[in-house]
Amino acid sequence: MTKEKNPGKGTTVGENAGRSERKALLEICHARKCFGDNEVLHDVDVTVHEGEIVSIIGRSGSGKTTLLRCATLLETIDGGDIIYMGETAVTARFGAIHFAPKETMRRIKDCYGMVFQNFNLFPHWNVLRNITDAPLRVQKREKEEVYAEARELLRKMGLADKEKAYPCELSGGQCQRVAIARALAMNPKILFFDEPTSALDPELTAEVLKVIKSLAEEHMTMVIVTHEMQFARDISDRVIFMDQGVIAIEGSPEEVFSAGNPRMREFLGRYSAEGALQQ
Amino acid sequence: MSLTTIFMQLLSGFGQTCLIFFLVLLFSLPLGWLVYFGRASRFKPLSIFVKVYISIMRGTPLMLQLLMWYFGPFYLWKMNIGGGYKFFAIILGCSVNYAAYFAEIYRSGIEAIPKGQYEAAQMLGYRKAETFFHIIMPQVIKIVLPSVTNEVITLVKDTSLVYSVSYIEMFALAKQIAAAQTTIVPFLVAGAFYYVFNLLVAHGMGRIEKALSYYR
Ligand SMILES: Nc1ncnc2c1ncn2[C@@H]1O[C@H](COP(=O)(O)OP(=O)(O)OP(=O)(O)O)[C@@H](O)[C@H]1O
Ligand SMILES: [Mg+2]
Repeated sequence: MTKEKNPGKGTTVGENAGRSERKALLEICHARKCFGDNEVLHDVDVTVHEGEIVSIIGRSGSGKTTLLRCATLLETIDGGDIIYMGETAVTARFGAIHFAPKETMRRIKDCYGMVFQNFNLFPHWNVLRNITDAPLRVQKREKEEVYAEARELLRKMGLADKEKAYPCELSGGQCQRVAIARALAMNPKILFFDEPTSALDPELTAEVLKVIKSLAEEHMTMVIVTHEMQFARDISDRVIFMDQGVIAIEGSPEEVFSAGNPRMREFLGRYSAEGALQQ
Repeated sequence: MSLTTIFMQLLSGFGQTCLIFFLVLLFSLPLGWLVYFGRASRFKPLSIFVKVYISIMRGTPLMLQLLMWYFGPFYLWKMNIGGGYKFFAIILGCSVNYAAYFAEIYRSGIEAIPKGQYEAAQMLGYRKAETFFHIIMPQVIKIVLPSVTNEVITLVKDTSLVYSVSYIEMFALAKQIAAAQTTIVPFLVAGAFYYVFNLLVAHGMGRIEKALSYYR
């Protein structure tokens, strides 16, 4: 299953050559993160280019969520830099932490969105309000434009008839698709997913993965933490295997999934064992 | 004295009861939020002060607090207080007392909101105040409504405590009539007033709860 992707702005050169010329949207440099005495990320480097789809895999507790939370500034790194589009959002050196000035920060925060494992929709608002409120209130965009875009997004998510529904009236899969629409309505340049299907049944998982795939076809830049190995293999330009707070392997899906790394073997072995059990 | 006369006399005092009830509610419900913010403040002296205030309000009888508010200024500072002060002291005393209870109820509601709501809001770029007033507070109000109803019903009954500073409202009138006419009928009528009032309060709050039940 080889996919022909041609992300970026009309690059026609070979993929590797294209990537180095493509704009880096996100650079995480030497990131360290501690919880108390427990250093959860050790010197992690990640670069995400425009149009790229990066999957992060690894066993439970390896630091995947922490990495995403540091990248999205939900957590503050204890060392290193987080840089978006060449502008430094946070720098942490020797215990001193510097954030970008307010204006820069606003610009930076505007350029990414996040989809959470448990959706985190606002339960007191209906689907349409969940999607439109932030574009209207935060981005102060035109009402008509925002509503038209929200309805178009809902149609793409297969939820055109649900705009008046409340989150409690939707299935988990529908909630997650609304959450994806809510994030997309802000027109982010880069979208983070933290195990978007882990809270879902297998059938519902499929419908959410389908939506993410359709975004991939539109060259949305995405960073996806997932336990869906087949999905990661199919969709990603690059896979990162994390182990005990470091990036153990990084490369194309083919490279990573066929790597001889014993920890990777063990990790994948457990998956195939689990898969066998499920069937 | 006929039942009708007793009823009419108590009805004239019921206006005062209602006035105290609505004014205290009007002040204590928003004041409760202020108290909550003080308690949740990261400025330690303020949060400690508010915690002590809450524990005194909840740990001592409201009647005693009313006596303190009313007689305190005179005995402590020899202040001469005008006639209007009694009503002011009553509303003040009840409001700051109920605000303490409401603050604790709001706190329990706010603690019931998952952290993910704040994170989703932060990710969408809402400012802190926007997050609180548009996303958190509406959900908190729904969560705390049953507890607030309990307090409101207690407040209806607690208005009778103002007789301790000899303020004339329905309960004080009932006591006067009962003593003068040596009959317990006024108490029964007053009881009926409170009971019916609370039925209406419970019904009203039930309506609001129902209006908010469109989501879980
Ligand atoms: N808020 C926190 N406080 C203290 N320790 C934490 C906190 N969050 C995460 N950790 C620790 O950091 C380590 C990495 O956690 P993280 O959630 O990033 O793992 P993960 O790779 O996302 O795992 P999973 O696949 O189970 O989601 C774990 O050992 C965890 O116990
Ligand atoms: Mg995780």
